[in-house]
Formats: sequence, C-alpha cells, structure tokens
Amino acid sequence: MIGTGAVVAQTAPLLAPLNAATGIFQYIWVLIALPLAGAIILLTTGSLLKRWGHIIGVATVGVSAILGIIMLLEMMGRSADDRAFGQTAFTWVFAGQFDVDVAFQLDQLSMVFVLLITIVGTLIHIYSIGYMAHDPDRKRFFGFLNLFIAAMLLLVLADNYLLLYVGWEGVGLASYLLIGFWQYKNSAAAAAKKAFVINRVGDVGLSLAIMLMFVTFGSVTFSSVFANAGEASDSTLTWIGLLLLLAAAGKSAQFPLQAWLLDAMEGPTPVSALIHAATMVTAGVYLIVRSNAIYDRTVFAATAVVVVGVITMIIGAIIGSAKDDIKKALAGSTMSQIGYMVLAAGLGPIGYVFAIFHLLTHGVFKANLFLSAGSVMHGMNNGVNMRRFGALRAAMIITFGAFTAGYLAIIGIPPFSGFYSKDKIIHAAFEQSNIVGIAGVLAAGITGFYMTRMIVMTFFGKARWEDDAHPHESPPVMTIPLIILGFGSAFTGMALVYWGDIETWLTPVTGLEERELAIPTVVLEMLTLATVLVGVGVAIWIYRRSVPIEPPQKVSVLTVAARQNMFDDAINDVVAVRPTWYTARFLVWFDNRAVDGFVNGLAAAVGGVSGRLRRIQTGFTRTYALVMVIGVLAVLTALGLVMLP
Amino acid sequence: MNAYAPIFVLALLAAGFAVFSVTLTSFTGPKRYNRAKVDAYECGIEPTPQPLGGGRFPVKYYLTAMMFIIFDIEIVFLYPWAVAFDQLGLFAFIAMMLFLVNLAVPYVYEWRRGGLDWD
Amino acid sequence: MDDVLIAPDIDYLAVAPMIIVGVTAVVGVLVEAFAPRRPRRGIQLVLTFGALIAAFVVLISQAGTRVITGSLAIDGPSLVLQGLILLIAIVSAMLMAERRVDPAGDAFSPRASALPGSEEERVLSTRGFMQTEVWPLMLFAVVGMMLFTAANDLLVMFIALEIMSLPLYLLAGMSRRRRLLSQEAALKYFILGAFSSAFFIFGAAMLYGFSGTISLPGIADALSANPGQTPLIFIGFGLVVIGLLFKVGAVPFHQWVPDVYQGSPSAVTAFMAAAVKVAAFGALLRFLYVAFGGARWDWQPALWIIAIATMLVGSILAITQTDIKRMLAYSSIAQAGFILVGVIAVNPEGVAAVMFYLAAYGFATLGAFAVISLVRQDGGEATHLSNWAGLGKRSPVLALSMSLFMLSFAGIPLTSGFIGKFTVFEAAILADAVPLVIVGVIASIIAAFFYVRVIVLMFFTEPAEVGPTVVLPSVFTTLVLAISVAVTVILGVFPQPVLDLVEQANVFLR
Repeated sequence: MIGTGAVVAQTAPLLAPLNAATGIFQYIWVLIALPLAGAIILLTTGSLLKRWGHIIGVATVGVSAILGIIMLLEMMGRSADDRAFGQTAFTWVFAGQFDVDVAFQLDQLSMVFVLLITIVGTLIHIYSIGYMAHDPDRKRFFGFLNLFIAAMLLLVLADNYLLLYVGWEGVGLASYLLIGFWQYKNSAAAAAKKAFVINRVGDVGLSLAIMLMFVTFGSVTFSSVFANAGEASDSTLTWIGLLLLLAAAGKSAQFPLQAWLLDAMEGPTPVSALIHAATMVTAGVYLIVRSNAIYDRTVFAATAVVVVGVITMIIGAIIGSAKDDIKKALAGSTMSQIGYMVLAAGLGPIGYVFAIFHLLTHGVFKANLFLSAGSVMHGMNNGVNMRRFGALRAAMIITFGAFTAGYLAIIGIPPFSGFYSKDKIIHAAFEQSNIVGIAGVLAAGITGFYMTRMIVMTFFGKARWEDDAHPHESPPVMTIPLIILGFGSAFTGMALVYWGDIETWLTPVTGLEERELAIPTVVLEMLTLATVLVGVGVAIWIYRRSVPIEPPQKVSVLTVAARQNMFDDAINDVVAVRPTWYTARFLVWFDNRAVDGFVNGLAAAVGGVSGRLRRIQTGFTRTYALVMVIGVLAVLTALGLVMLP
Repeated sequence: MNAYAPIFVLALLAAGFAVFSVTLTSFTGPKRYNRAKVDAYECGIEPTPQPLGGGRFPVKYYLTAMMFIIFDIEIVFLYPWAVAFDQLGLFAFIAMMLFLVNLAVPYVYEWRRGGLDWD
Repeated sequence: MDDVLIAPDIDYLAVAPMIIVGVTAVVGVLVEAFAPRRPRRGIQLVLTFGALIAAFVVLISQAGTRVITGSLAIDGPSLVLQGLILLIAIVSAMLMAERRVDPAGDAFSPRASALPGSEEERVLSTRGFMQTEVWPLMLFAVVGMMLFTAANDLLVMFIALEIMSLPLYLLAGMSRRRRLLSQEAALKYFILGAFSSAFFIFGAAMLYGFSGTISLPGIADALSANPGQTPLIFIGFGLVVIGLLFKVGAVPFHQWVPDVYQGSPSAVTAFMAAAVKVAAFGALLRFLYVAFGGARWDWQPALWIIAIATMLVGSILAITQTDIKRMLAYSSIAQAGFILVGVIAVNPEGVAAVMFYLAAYGFATLGAFAVISLVRQDGGEATHLSNWAGLGKRSPVLALSMSLFMLSFAGIPLTSGFIGKFTVFEAAILADAVPLVIVGVIASIIAAFFYVRVIVLMFFTEPAEVGPTVVLPSVFTTLVLAISVAVTVILGVFPQPVLDLVEQANVFLR
C-alpha cells in the first residue's frame, strides 16, 4: 500500500439502538405496501381496468415517493443520532433459537435509497406510459414494475438479512419477468433465463452467508450481527464477507458473474433504466455498505471487494467501448460504474460514503442516459445499432439535451454530478493505494472515450439511417421525465455535496475516515480531468469523419474480446454449463442404460441364452430391483464400517 | 461368533449338497428331451390351455385361489385361539369375532359382485 | 390358570380417529356389495368425506394427548402427522371426486380388469360405469398411514406399511387414460414395494433376534444395556431403514418413483406423493429417534450419504425430464433429500422442521397435480412439457398458481417451501451438520432451474399451434387449487401458528 497516508480524521459508525417509529415514521410499511397493492391489482384483475392500469402504477409509486420526501424532511429536522427508526410488522419465523421478524429499519442509508427508488421509479413509470403505449400488455408491464419497486423497497428497508433476502429474490424475480417481457423474442427469454441462473449463483452466497451468521451470532438482524461482529473469529468474518461479495457480484453484475447484464438489455428500455442501471444492480453495493461492520474487520474480504471492483470497472469500460448496440454500450458502462462503487465500498470507511454518493448520482444520470437512448430508439423504429444513427441532434433536440447532460455527468465534467462523486472515489482510492487510484483514473479516461464515441455516433456526423427511418422527438410524457432527469444529472452532485452534505448524513451509519494524501486534491482533480479529456479527444479523432455501417473486421484482439463480452459466454460454457449438462446426461444414461445393460449382460452371461432377452419387455423392474440390492449392500457396508469396531 | 459356527457349517453342507446333486445328475443322467420334458411343469399334468398371444390365466382362477388362501389363513388363526379359548378370555373372543367379521366383508363383496360365478 | 392373557389397556378415544376411518372403509366395502349402482357414488362420497372430517374433528379434540396404548404411541408427532394425513386425504379426495374434466367421467378406469383398449372397456366407458371402489381403498390407505405414524413396535409398523401400500398399488393401476402405463406402474410399484417390505420384515426379525423385543423403546433399552456391537444390529437396522427409505423414495431406492408417478392417475399421484411421504417420514422419524436415537453417531454417516445422494440425484435428473409428472417425481425425490436433512439432525428442532416441511410440500404437491389434471389434450392429460408452452396466455390464473407451487418447491421466500427449507437447514446447523446444509443449498439452486423452466415455458414461450385445452373444473378441483394456494402463501407469510404447533409437538413419547 504505497500511498497509504496517515489517518487525518476518523469517525466510527454509530451503533445506536433504533428509535421506535412514531409520527410519520409509523407509515414505513406504507412505502412498500402501496406499490405492492398496485402490483396485485394490476396483475390479478385480468382485462379489467385495462385503460387505467398505468395510472394506478404511476400513482402508487408516486405517493410512495411523496411519503418518502416527507420522511426525509422530518428526518433532516432531527439530530444525527436520532435518525434511525425501527418498526416491527409481525413475527415471521420463530422456531427453536431462530427468531426473525418482518421488521423495517429506516435510517440515513435506507432513506437515500428509498428516495432514489421512488423518485427515479416514478419518472420511469411516467416515461413508460409513452414508451409502452402501443404494447398490448402494458398493464402487465406496470404490474411487474410495481412489483419490482415493492421488492426493492423491501430490500433496503429490511432490518435483518433474511427479510433482505426476500427482497433480494423479489427484485430478481421482477427483473427476470421484465427481461423476458417480450417473450416472443427468443433472445429475450434466453436472456431472462441466463439472468436468473447467474443470479442464483450469487444467491447461494447470500443464503450461505445468512446461515453462517445465524450459526455465529444466533441472529440475523443487522443490529445484533453488527453489535457482535467483533466477537466472531477472523476466518468466520472473512467467509461471511466473501459470501456476501459473491451475492453482491451476482446481483450487481460484477466479475465473475457479470455475464447476464449485457443480455438483460433485451428487456424494454425503461426496465434497463430502472432495474439494470439505477436501482437493482446497485443492491450489491448496498449489501456491502450495509455490512460495513463485517468488512471493517476482515482485510482479506475487503481487499477481495476492491479487486472485484477494479476488474469489473476496467472490463466494463472496455466492453462499453466496443459495442455498437447503444443499450449494450450503456450496460458495459453500468458495469464499469458499479465497479467504481464496489471498489469504493471495499476501501472501508474511507470509501463507503462515496460508494453511496456515486450510486445516487449514477442512478440519476444513468437512468437519464438510458431513457434518452430509449427515446432515440423510439424515434428510430426501435433500432439500437449506433452505426445506423448519426446526426440525430437536430431531429430530437430535447433528447439530445438530456443525453448531453448525462454525458457530461458520467465523464465527470465539473460541475455536473459525476464529477463530484467519481473524483471522491478516485481520491479515496489514492488514499488507500496508488495502483487502485491509477486504475480509477484510467477507467475515467476510458469512460471519456466510450461516452464520446456514443454521443458522436448517435447525434453527430452524417446520417446513416435505414431507409424507412423517420426520426422524430418523443411525446411529452417521455420528454418531461427526460428533462427532469437531465437537470438531475446536472445538479444532483452539487446538491448532495453543498445542500445535502451527504458525508455527514451517512457517517452515522457507515463511519468515515480521511487520510493524508501526497498530492493536493486540486492536482488530482486536474489529472483525472486531463485523462478524461484525452479519452474524449481520442474518440473525436477516431469518429470525427465517417463511421462505417458494417463493423470493421480488422480490429485488435481487445476489441474482438470486448465485442464477445470478454469471452464470458464461452468461459461460462466451459466452466459451468457443459459440466452440469454432461453430469445430468451421464446420470440419465446411467439410470436408463448402464445399469440395465449390466443386468442384461449379467443375465446373458449367466444363462447363456441371449435370444430370450429380446422377449423381456418390461425388464426395467428387475433393473430397479438390482439397483435396490446394490443400494442395500452399500448401506449395510457403510453401516458395518461405522458400527463394527 | 462361535455360537453361529454350526449355522455356517449347516449352510455350507446344504449348499454343497445342492451343487453336488445337480452337477452329478447333469453329468450322469441320460438326456432324452421330449415334449413333456420341456413343459412348464414336468410332472405329467397338462397346463391349462392358454389364449393366443400371452400366458394369461382367467382372472376367475385367481379369485378362487385367493379365496382359498384367505380361509386357509383364517383356520391358522382360529385353531390356536380355539385350543386356548379358556385362558384367553373375553378380549380375545371379541377380537376374534371382529377378525371373522372383517373376513366376512370381502367374502360378501366378492359374492355379491359375482366373483363366485364361474361364467 | 396363571397364564391368562392380560387384555391390553387401550385408550379407545386416542385411537378413535383410526377406528372411524377404518370402520368406514369396511362399511364402504359393504356399500359396494349391497347398494345399487346408481346411488353408490353418492353414498361413498358422503362416507369418505364424513369419515375423514369426523376423524379430524376427533383428532383435534385429542390435542395434547400423550399416551402409549398397546403398540401405538399417540404423542405430539403422531397427532400432528395424523392430522396432516387427514387434511391431505380430504383434499385429495376432492381431486378424486372431480368428474367434469374428463368427458368420459372421473379419472378412474370403469373396470380395472377390462383389457386396455378392448371393446369391453369402450362399452363400459360409454355406458358411464364408474369404479367406486377407489373410495374404500383410499380410506384403507389412510388408516395404514395413520397407523404408520403411531406404530411403536416393528410388527405394527409392518402391518401399517402393508395396509397403506396395498390399496395404493391398486389405485396406481386404475387410470382411465393410458391404461397400459398405469398398469405397468402398478405392477412395478407392487413388485418393488413387496421387495422392500421383505427387507423391512427381515430387518425387524434381526432386531428381534438382538433385543428379544419388537417394541421400539425396548430396542433402545436393549441397545443401551448391551453397548457392544454385533452384526445383528447394523444389518437389522439397515434393512428396516431401507424398507422405510424405499417408501420415501430416497436414492438409491428411488427408481420406482418416476414410473409410478407418471403412470398413476394424477389424483392418486397427488395423494401418494403428499400423504405417503408424511406417513413414511413419520415412521422413519419414530424408528430413528425412539429406537436408535442413542446410537445416532453410528447411523448418521450412512444417512448423510443417502441424503446428499438423494438431493443431488433428484435435482440433477429432474433437469433432463420432458414429462411434467416425471419431473415432479424427480423433484419429490430431491424434496425427500431435503427432508432427510432434518431427519438426520436428531433434535426436537429437526422433528418440528420435518413436520412443517411435510405440510408445505404436501399441499404444494396437491396443487401442482391438480393443475396437471386440468391441462388436457385429446381427452387425456397433456403432460409433455412442450404442451405447457404459453399456458400463461391461455389461463393466467392456472399458470400463476402453478408458478406459485414451483416457487414453493424451489424454496423462494414468501412461499411455504422457503420456510420449510430454512427450518430444516436450521435444525441441521444446530446439529453441526453444516456440510450437509451446504450441499442442500447447492442442490436447491440446481433444483430451482427446472422449476423455473416450467414458469418460463408457461409465460415466456409462444404457445404451440395446436395446444392443450385448459378444462374448467367443477367446485372440487377449484377448491383443491384454492386451498393449496392459500396454504402455500399462508405458510410462507404467516407461518408462525403452524411453527408453534409443530414446535409444541416435537417430542416422541417412549
């Protein structure tokens, strides 16, 4: 750790007991109940309410958002150690020593998530009214979206890991249903399945971590796990940390479980914006930051988190640079940006706050970018190939404006929001290690490259439209959310730094640590900005004149790899899919044929009358009996080995 | 294990005798195959003529056979009970009567549903 | 005259539920003998439901009873499991009573002895013949199951095993559609079942040879009195356990399960899958805990291997199935593995968890087979998975219920299956069986794949040109579906009352 400076300031997280939920905070459950009720109504009423379904969808989430804002104002009026509230709905499982309540915890960390989910969620709901206007199943779409919001709120409001797991599975299910929403596309159904299976791998991590916590601490509530974390052995904590990291990697599309996110772009664009950019994919970051009491005590697991974050940050950026599909390029960018957050979360108290800060700004500007991309697609017959875009800025000026705001935010041009959050992460990274810091700066440069490539290919240059394309601006129901998010992209960073004071706000939950840095902050910011501008310059240089309609074939190995998602599918195939499939095939074969063949062979050898074998039609029964006998012998042998001295 | 030694010896003797006699007859006995020899039961009784295409017996045959077995087993239970009737007392009497009723029920069922009609 | 037989002191009230069901079954046979054909079905329905409900009411009034009466132990586990068996029986009886889905009548062959596809069968079918014997047969099976969970000695356990199994062999062969498959299933089930019964009784003889008694507590006493090991114990123990493992369908005694589940009429499969598991696990628990609880270190390793093999083989083989009934059969094998994890724990939490799991699994299974019985093509059930493509479009309510049952099997939160898996794994963790739990979690991940595949098929796949029709059922099957959905959701969201119940009833009397 070359760059590790002396600790300048240090604040430990406040492990104060939760306040009883009184006043407005009695209604924490309403935050979840509203969208859930909306989902139930929309999904069970069949063709009833078909014309008004989307209104219900928007209204329930909107009211939740308003309630969330009221709670925020109320919370801001209280002192810093008085901002966490707990509410128990009912005892869920109480068996033996195991006691889990359906109970909610609203503190500073979950508060910002509630706002992100409900406000961005409301805007995306409104946008979807226009985007899905011609879809016959629009009502079902809104039902699934509401289901997602409810599950995501449950995830961030749960006061214990088991209830969090419920939300975790819930968002997975909703995401899965929404990726496969256009089921008539085979690719969509396949993508949904892939997302589900890979997520299950991550879920193994979470369920094992929960079991391990239960064994170690006798409880799975946040408060008692964190209060007792110091008493557990180092190896236990490391295991819990690594298992939680596996879970986070699955949900947040981090290396090595990143493969599903690019395919997930088969879903409708509002879904990509809400679930696969702004909220669900950041659940992994939430999990790590929420479990700070564990990661603070295990250097190994925390370092693993940083490594995973750095790797994903780089490969996501590289993939984003090579994709011609605008949504997939944005998906690569999402992977990369979440890599930043995971990296920051792995830095410990130096980085937790900035992980969440970047998560919030990213949630806004990435939703903005995705919805702008959706607006472009809406005007271009649902095309996604950037090689067939170009010169669209005149045709869709609002979309262009919103996209530009998002663009400036993500590459981190001051005073747009990404500048504040990303620079903080790079700063924190340098406090910990120069290598990680340099990787952060490098990724910022690549971000500048691929985002410029995207904006140039889409909005500038010559028109390379398909013959029947008539680009036009989207209806107001879509552009108004875009405008709001565009302003959000511009100002969220500033607002959170100067008005919201995000560092002070989150410190009671996550703790904060500052370290001495060899170089002044301003120099570091200049350095980062310069790197970004180099990336921007390179992209403009390459794409300034013409963009070939067919992707060039003579490209570097890196580009080929990036186009193939870093050969991820091939790797998955070799590592996981084929072995499982062959095992299953072998077992089937063994069950049906091998044993039978053995019996037949035995019978033929013993009897010497193979001709008669043909008359045996239902020979399977004796096969089964033979297997039973073998099983009996095996069981008796095993018992004999143990029981006989 | 010594207590089991005689059992093992007995088992070995029995198996040895079986192997010995089967092997011996197969070596010494004359082999004159004819139709009766390859029949299912080599003891002279002609098997029931069977329908074409499969070795099915009429279901009626099974019904009669099962009826025989049921009442046969009933006797097995009734004999010891009758012999020890005086010692066993009222409880055993009631239990036996219940047993007989239970046995009568399927008999009645079979009779009423035509199980005893041969044609 | 000093050797007068001392009449056993029987608590008739405690065994009244079994007596009610048993006597009604006998009366049912008499109804078959004497009642004219036309009202027979009605009388049988009244008798069956009346007996099952009456038995359940009496059982409830016995709550808290803990008594050993003769060879039966009426204690917490047996009461809970008997109640569960009765509830499952009531619901599956509704499934069997369904007459509207098959245009030719109910799910059963009009006369099981008629040759499949013969003229005789066709005539019987068109004249509307019904096989009303299924009702007494089912009641006999229920008596056997109830007896099985309460049997406190090996002989009664064996008799219960046979009373339970014999009617099921018959019921398996009575399908109206696909008669040959059904009869083959019945024969296989019978032959292999007889085979396993032989193992059981042989093992019981061995244990008697060792301990001089057939009562389970007696065997436990003999074990603690003679700690030295002899082959009689482990061979006897092994054979009895194998007989029981066969009934729950554990690997490697599982191969009958797919064939029998596929061949039997769906209503019978549902009954078999749900209720036989309850009864057999009840007996297995009692045998392991009461007779061999003190010797657990000796048998746990072997059962560990069986549980792991059962979970993995069931889950992996289910992936390649193309018939939904076969798939559910392999799934039931995997579920048996998960339940075994709770059995192996040998602690009160394990007993409670197993009972909860059985309830959760039982009702989800009933629901799943109820759905299967409604998806039909050319008169019969459309069980090939490809037929299920796009079912969500045709019949969203049915597809949603099926998805719920699949999610419950997969152990997704807020369904009964999740709580079941969690309590089972918790009990195993308390018993320091962490590796077993890890295998369990991995197996449940594998299993999730094929459950979800059904959901994918129903919702994400375009329906085939000539798809199956979804039949509108009568009130019977509708009720079955409603009850199964309700139980699956309630046990997932508000499991506490049931958890309290099984926790109060988690100690075996000995």
